[in-house]
Amino acid sequence: MGARFRTSSPLADPADFRRQIEGLRPYLLRYASLQLRDAAAAEDAVQETLLAALAGAAGFAGRANLRTWLTGILKHKIVDTIRRQSRERPISELGAEGREDEFDDLFDARGHWEETPDAWEQPEGALGQKQFLAALDTCLQALPKRTARVFMMREHLGMETPEICKELGITPTHCWVMLHRARTALRLCLQTNWFGKS
Amino acid sequence: MKLLSCKETSRLLSQGEDRKLAFGERVALRVHLAICNGCRNVDKQFRFLRQAVHALAESDAGK
Repeated sequence: MGARFRTSSPLADPADFRRQIEGLRPYLLRYASLQLRDAAAAEDAVQETLLAALAGAAGFAGRANLRTWLTGILKHKIVDTIRRQSRERPISELGAEGREDEFDDLFDARGHWEETPDAWEQPEGALGQKQFLAALDTCLQALPKRTARVFMMREHLGMETPEICKELGITPTHCWVMLHRARTALRLCLQTNWFGKS
Repeated sequence: MKLLSCKETSRLLSQGEDRKLAFGERVALRVHLAICNGCRNVDKQFRFLRQAVHALAESDAGK
């Protein structure tokens, strides 16, 4: 949960400000890694964030939460990285990854469930369990790369669909197809690997 | 009003997480969910995924 940090002006005690920022490095690294899934790229984004934060310390003065401020800077760095990556390899060149009929066999010819999705018992209770989060992480990593990227931009970075489309150069429809695909795959993966286990 | 299949419902439930659904879409969803257990479960599960991703970001498990 959001640790609170003293909000005294960073300019008054630069060494202390630097220490506080460094203390948040592990959190920021995890945050970046979840989206980028690339240790070197995540490290770079965090490093740029810390440098920007030190250079722009005055911009923090008076803000309530250092972690929130840093995470905001990091989000921009992550999106810069994604933009660079997707210029090198445009997401629109994806073939099967964006197909709407991917999960057609979940349904019969009339569009009803072949197998009715089960209720999950006490899902909120799972959120605090390390093993559950590890299972979720495994399910996320099993997603096709670009599907995972769009899903995490939406759910982890909290971007709106139009922003995601703009950054990746895809249509909203395409975006929604990929998000639905990601949610369905994750739902099935968690059903198999967690909630469906007795 | 057009009745939704489960397949269309799953798609709309997902889009409901990403955009504001039109009035007609919301009504059609509500009608379908009222009679379909499976889709009600999917609805909850899609929404749970968002919480779960946030929990993962706060944990040590994600590397």
